[in-house]
Amino acid sequence: MNPTLYLLLSLLLFGLGAAGVVLRRNTLFMLLNLELMMNAVGLALVAASLAGLLEGQLIVLMVLAVAAAEVAIGIGILVSMVRLKDSPLVDLWNREEP
Amino acid sequence: MLWAASLALFAPLLGAILNGVFGHPFREKAHWPAVIAVGISMLASWWILGRVGFEPVVLDLYTWIPVANFVVPFGFYIDSLTAVMMGVVTTVSFLVHVYSIGYMHGDPGYRRYFAYLNLFVFSMLLLVLANNYALLFVGWEAVGLCSYLLIGFWYEKKSASDAGKKAFIVNRIGDAGFLLGIFTLFATFGSVRYDTVFQMVASNPHLYQGALVAATLFLFLGAVGKSAQFPLYVWLPDAMEGPTPVSALIHAATMVTAGVYMVARSHLLYSEVPQVGQLVASVGAFTALFAATMAMVNDDIKRVLAYSTISQLGYMFVAVGLGAYTAGIFHLYTHAFFKGLLFLAAGSVMHATHGELNMQKMGGFFRKMPHTAWTFLIGALALSGLPPLAGFFSKDEIIKHAYVTGHTFIWAVAVLTALLTAFYMFRLIFLVFFGKPRDAEIYAHLHESPPVMTVPLWILAAASVGAGWVGIGEEHSVFHRFLETALGEFHLVEWTVHRPAGVGLIALSVGVALLGILLAYSLYLLRKPDPALLARRAGFLYTLLKRKYYVDEIYNLFVVGTLRVTAKVLFWGVDRALVDGTVNGTGWTLAATGSVFRRWSSGFLRSYLLWILIGANFLVWFLLRSGGGH
Repeated sequence: MNPTLYLLLSLLLFGLGAAGVVLRRNTLFMLLNLELMMNAVGLALVAASLAGLLEGQLIVLMVLAVAAAEVAIGIGILVSMVRLKDSPLVDLWNREEP
Repeated sequence: MLWAASLALFAPLLGAILNGVFGHPFREKAHWPAVIAVGISMLASWWILGRVGFEPVVLDLYTWIPVANFVVPFGFYIDSLTAVMMGVVTTVSFLVHVYSIGYMHGDPGYRRYFAYLNLFVFSMLLLVLANNYALLFVGWEAVGLCSYLLIGFWYEKKSASDAGKKAFIVNRIGDAGFLLGIFTLFATFGSVRYDTVFQMVASNPHLYQGALVAATLFLFLGAVGKSAQFPLYVWLPDAMEGPTPVSALIHAATMVTAGVYMVARSHLLYSEVPQVGQLVASVGAFTALFAATMAMVNDDIKRVLAYSTISQLGYMFVAVGLGAYTAGIFHLYTHAFFKGLLFLAAGSVMHATHGELNMQKMGGFFRKMPHTAWTFLIGALALSGLPPLAGFFSKDEIIKHAYVTGHTFIWAVAVLTALLTAFYMFRLIFLVFFGKPRDAEIYAHLHESPPVMTVPLWILAAASVGAGWVGIGEEHSVFHRFLETALGEFHLVEWTVHRPAGVGLIALSVGVALLGILLAYSLYLLRKPDPALLARRAGFLYTLLKRKYYVDEIYNLFVVGTLRVTAKVLFWGVDRALVDGTVNGTGWTLAATGSVFRRWSSGFLRSYLLWILIGANFLVWFLLRSGGGH
């Protein structure tokens, strides 16, 4: 099978995720977009296995485990920061900002 | 001998340390350690004077600089010349120390004053005792330092601190020459020790002619600076800003004669190069006359004496330049007493007038301060060269020597200077001590100085009368035979013409002295002709003398001006533009770079992410373009 379409989809998802991370101000959405980017990479790896490279699938499993751990920590930090700063907007979290 | 020399040398150093470092408890009693230290030094010097033998005693205490073949010992060279110098230095120092107790009483810097004075005695003895040129130079510089410190003793006065700096800087020129002289000696003989150098010269005099000419000329340049000869004499009149006992000790009796001592010490070198001796004598003769003319019109009591000192030092250089080393040292020895006396007596006058220096405001002081006046008169008679006072024997010997060796021109200059000497000294005496008081206010407050000041005056007056008697009989006198062991009488050089000298010569020099006194008497006491009228008649000539030949102005314009311009160019061109420019330029560049890149560290997370993204994209693009890593 030709993986080209999958890779194009992966690229699209990665681009969307990256744009979201940079453009969104809400930290929760930035984290969501980060997940999107990671999954786009995962999709690319799985698609690569269509060409016979099985290691990609193996890596995807590990990436998923790491992503789960990362989200647990990330959401934890996010919740405590929102409590501290009364806002989920990342630009307001700078120490010097009023 | 070693112990006596060490005691004489280090006692004043100990006194200086006691007063200078630990002296707080002494305060008003600062004179005790100082006077006792110099007293010990004086007794030790006298002991050496009595014990010094035929051969020079060369002692090495330790090796000061051992660098490859440049070895400089710290040691003593004691012969009769050393002993005479030590005796003169410590005796005059002791009397000046005692006198200072009265003169400096109540000065806020009392303790500092005695510390400096003791340090000076130590330095001067080091200069005299050294057994090599490098150590001599240490003493040479140390007396210069003490001179600077004591001229600027009242440093809150601008003129005093300026005078100190002037003395130091002018001496630097001479000292540069002196250093070059030492280098030349080392390069030629491979040693700076007296005994080695003298031996090598004596064993093969013609081998070193060229080097000796260079070395003696360089050393003489140092002497010109230290002993205030033309053209480096300008610092000595200004040095009168210091306390008067300092002028008596340093700028009349001892330090300024260091140049004469150095030439006499190196007489083995100087007698090998008579051409240099001729130059030394010519500079001395010119300076003697030149300074005497300036002394004639000056109204400052101390500056007259300062010019007189320059003039008398000129006589000494005439003597040592023409090979009469003993006569030069003899004049140094008598001069120390009567010039020290004159300065101390002048100090006594200043003490009574509360620092007034202008002779035109004085007059008729004789009745109010008889001790000062009598002793001053004795000193002036000795300086004028009237028999049987000390100055007569020593000065006459020099004048006669110039005549005998056929230097008619130098002889004529010396006789003319003798006339001027008598004239300016008695002008001073008639203006200060005789006539009518010209300033009633000052006259009313006059008082004789306390015994602590007048007793040293009388002792020095006695020395001014009697010190010359050891020189009666010239070559066969006690003084000559004593110094013969060190100066090896009659290193008379080949060009000597032996002219017979009769009694007429002595009569002439006494005659000109009397004539000078008479002239001063008629001008300044009888006012016939009136000196003011005479000054107006003389017109430009008088102004020229009064303005000291404009030498200071010329130096300011050409030497100081040039140096100032050079310094400005170097300051703005090199220091400010180049050195500061490089340092500040580095700083500015970094600051400018920083102010550009600072904007990236905005603190906004998303802007960092954007940059990471751009960077990652660039990396991927770069890797793909260069073949995907394969």
